[in-house]
Amino acid sequence: MNVLSYLLEHPTQVLALARAHLWISLLATGIATAVSVPLGIVVHRVRAVRAPALGMVNVGQAIPSLALLGLTLPLLGIGFTPALVAISVRALLPILLNTYAGLLSIPQHIIEAARGMGMTDAQILWRVELRLASPVIVAGIRTALVVSIGVATLAAYIGAGGLGDLIFQGIAMVDTPLLLAGAIPAAGLAFAVDGLFGILERQLVRPLG
Amino acid sequence: MSYPLANALLIWRLTLEHVQISAVSCLLAILTACPLGVLVSRVRWLAPPVLAAAGIFYTIPSVALFAILIPVLGLGVKPTVLALVLYSQLALIRNTAVGINEVDAALLQAAQGMGMTDAQILWRVEVPLAIPVIFAGVRTATVMAIGLASIAAYIGAGGLGVLIFQGISTGNTDQILTGAVAVSTLALLADATLSSMQRMLQWAMGVRA
Repeated sequence: MNVLSYLLEHPTQVLALARAHLWISLLATGIATAVSVPLGIVVHRVRAVRAPALGMVNVGQAIPSLALLGLTLPLLGIGFTPALVAISVRALLPILLNTYAGLLSIPQHIIEAARGMGMTDAQILWRVELRLASPVIVAGIRTALVVSIGVATLAAYIGAGGLGDLIFQGIAMVDTPLLLAGAIPAAGLAFAVDGLFGILERQLVRPLG
Repeated sequence: MSYPLANALLIWRLTLEHVQISAVSCLLAILTACPLGVLVSRVRWLAPPVLAAAGIFYTIPSVALFAILIPVLGLGVKPTVLALVLYSQLALIRNTAVGINEVDAALLQAAQGMGMTDAQILWRVEVPLAIPVIFAGVRTATVMAIGLASIAAYIGAGGLGVLIFQGISTGNTDQILTGAVAVSTLALLADATLSSMQRMLQWAMGVRA
């Protein structure tokens, strides 16, 4: 097995693919965060939206990633943008769910105390609710990032680029070193990002006490 | 709309393949993970390492895990089933352990006081009471297996993913959509069926407890 020799002979190619992989995953997670944290706040605030929104989240979770790519393709075609859209959609749900759960877990008396102190609704949201919910929200973002790296690997098939390219090529050409040269770094990337985010998460959580 | 009508027989065959692969994987996963979950609930210090090991498989991008298994097991159903079993471990082990640990200590003492042996307590008290939580894990694992099985079409496992991959590589939008809709429907049906079974179980257990 000469994966190692493949990696040593093509270090710039593998590195470039790893960078592209990380970039599309980070971008998708960023987009998903920007969309689903406000959505989670709305779902928590507006009671009428709750049941239908959570029902849709459940349905969304059940739809396979490959089907999601299949549904995006006729609408947006092949390439970076449709892949980014599909990955972002996949990353939405864990963040939305955790934002909602984090806000829901805050005891009512804390909100009442804040109101009693004369805080406005906006102040309560920013200084109390989002602060207290942040560990759960950040855990959701971490899940979303790991999911994004996984879906990005698959999305190489519709032109996302990244390490999935090597894997699909390697499988198609029955070239074991090639497919491992994609698969092992892809797994490593997922572990590294998960581990680093875990450290970040603990750093974020600690000062809040 | 002509594609699904003209290929009804093929779609039916692929659906059966898909169900078979997912069902076999889930059964094997339950047979391995549930005993592990029980063990982890008994021997507490084993829980962190076992869950961490299961989490490792959960973090690896699915395409990468399939690829890594190819040099060991070749193409086809074998690596697919192993990958699906490995993926399902975390949800099943965790839910089994949590379900059993959540059983009220007073009930266990009562069972002991009634002269039940350890095995009787496990089978007649803990497992029945933990069933709803274990079942929630089975539901997660099943939906995940159906989703991942569609990706395994690329490594020759068959199933509905074949339509999506083939459609993408030949630019046949109708074929892509047929595959995507079929596999999503399958996942949603499985989710809905298991969730109503879960509710029935919860209701039955609630009445007995």
